[in-house]
Amino acid sequence: MQTHFEKELGQLKNQLLEMASHAETAVRMSIRSLVERDDELARKTILDDSVLDHFEMQVDDTSIHLLARAPLASDLRLITVAMKISRDLERVGDEATTIARRAIELGQEPQLKPYVDIPRMAGMALEMLADALDAFVRGDANKARAVVPRDKDVDALNKQLHRELSSYMIEKPGNITRCLNLMVISKSLERIADHAANVAEEVVFLYEGRDIRHSSNGG
Amino acid sequence: MVSRVTVKAPEVPQVAGGARVLVEIEDLKLYYGRALALKGITMNLREKLVTAFIGPSGCGKSTLLRCLNRMNDLIDSVRIEGAVRIDGEDIYGPKIDVMELRKQVGMVFQRSNPFPKSIFENVAYGLRLQGMKSGSELDGIVEKSLRGAALWEEVKDRLSANALGLSGGQQQRLCIARAIAIRPRILLMDEPASALDPIATMKIEELIIELKSEFTIVIVTHNMQQAARISDQTAFFYLGELIEFDSTNKLFTNPGKRQTEDYVTGRFG
Repeated sequence: MQTHFEKELGQLKNQLLEMASHAETAVRMSIRSLVERDDELARKTILDDSVLDHFEMQVDDTSIHLLARAPLASDLRLITVAMKISRDLERVGDEATTIARRAIELGQEPQLKPYVDIPRMAGMALEMLADALDAFVRGDANKARAVVPRDKDVDALNKQLHRELSSYMIEKPGNITRCLNLMVISKSLERIADHAANVAEEVVFLYEGRDIRHSSNGG
Repeated sequence: MVSRVTVKAPEVPQVAGGARVLVEIEDLKLYYGRALALKGITMNLREKLVTAFIGPSGCGKSTLLRCLNRMNDLIDSVRIEGAVRIDGEDIYGPKIDVMELRKQVGMVFQRSNPFPKSIFENVAYGLRLQGMKSGSELDGIVEKSLRGAALWEEVKDRLSANALGLSGGQQQRLCIARAIAIRPRILLMDEPASALDPIATMKIEELIIELKSEFTIVIVTHNMQQAARISDQTAFFYLGELIEFDSTNKLFTNPGKRQTEDYVTGRFG
């Protein structure tokens, strides 16, 4: 039979997973609003960000309440990791908002080019996030560890897109506004991938007690 | 031209204090009659560190503590096998003077036990037994010990008052002062704060952290957060066996054994 404390730890995990689901949806919605040039959807994404802000405060509140019980070992790691993951997810939501705002701007002008790389980057970042969270649920540190290096692929795509958009800007000054907006979106997606990698590193710490952050070989 | 100063991040410190091994416990077994209470304990205790013994009731932690100054000799049915070496010498060897041992290895108990004498005489007792006469030297050591036990300021104006008039926390600190007056190498503490209120407990904990600069301390506690707060190394015992022994930080944040994890998270015991 579960103790009250164990039940509360379970609630903390569930809060995080719900928060993650909202964050993933926000990113998807923001990319859709770009690709489908849907201002309405973009505005909804921006408004919904407050849900994630609220979640972050709730997770922090629950965590502090649990820390006051002076937990140890894996319980202690779960709570400190939960606070960090909620931070990363809240930032993911902020990036989705940025993308949505840029999408509204881009909607004012004709589409510059077909969107190929951006949806691709979004897909990669979202898959990283999904895998990190799956690893969290299953207690699979190896799966989490495998997410971290995939960040480089998203970085590479961001750089590539950056170069491409730069040449569009040189070609014609009229492209500049649209290109700058797209660069911001690309950067936001690169940051979302960073946050997904952070979550993965936290999951490794949670299940192995090993801190693999800031190491070149991913632990 | 601006030059950048590179600052190296500090290394994460390992176990603080001396690395030297002071106490070697080798395959120690203890029998109460036929019952095997300690099932072959092997571990080394390092100098000037606080080592905590934790584990559920009946796991043998207090029994092991009492082996370190041969208090178990006072129990008829006890039989020991194996060795306990302090500074390389087996304290169960035939030539050991047990009285001398107990001066070197002092003990503080769960229930404070001041003598029904004055505060001064409590601390002076061990010194007088050693032959020290009244005078400035004795006074000096008594004061130093009371200061060392963080009690001096509270009692300096009433050293001749009866020790039994002190509060529980003060009595316990008096017992610590009494123990350190004769300059032991090792201080054994068997749940020294479990009979005290939170403020008194905090004072004892602060004191222990300070004392380790001079003494090697072994503390039995059932309060894991206390062990986490004040000890450098922690040993977890279960049913007479040593299950895990590691730096306190490691044991309480990422224990190696499943049993340890279950115990410190309160899943059992």
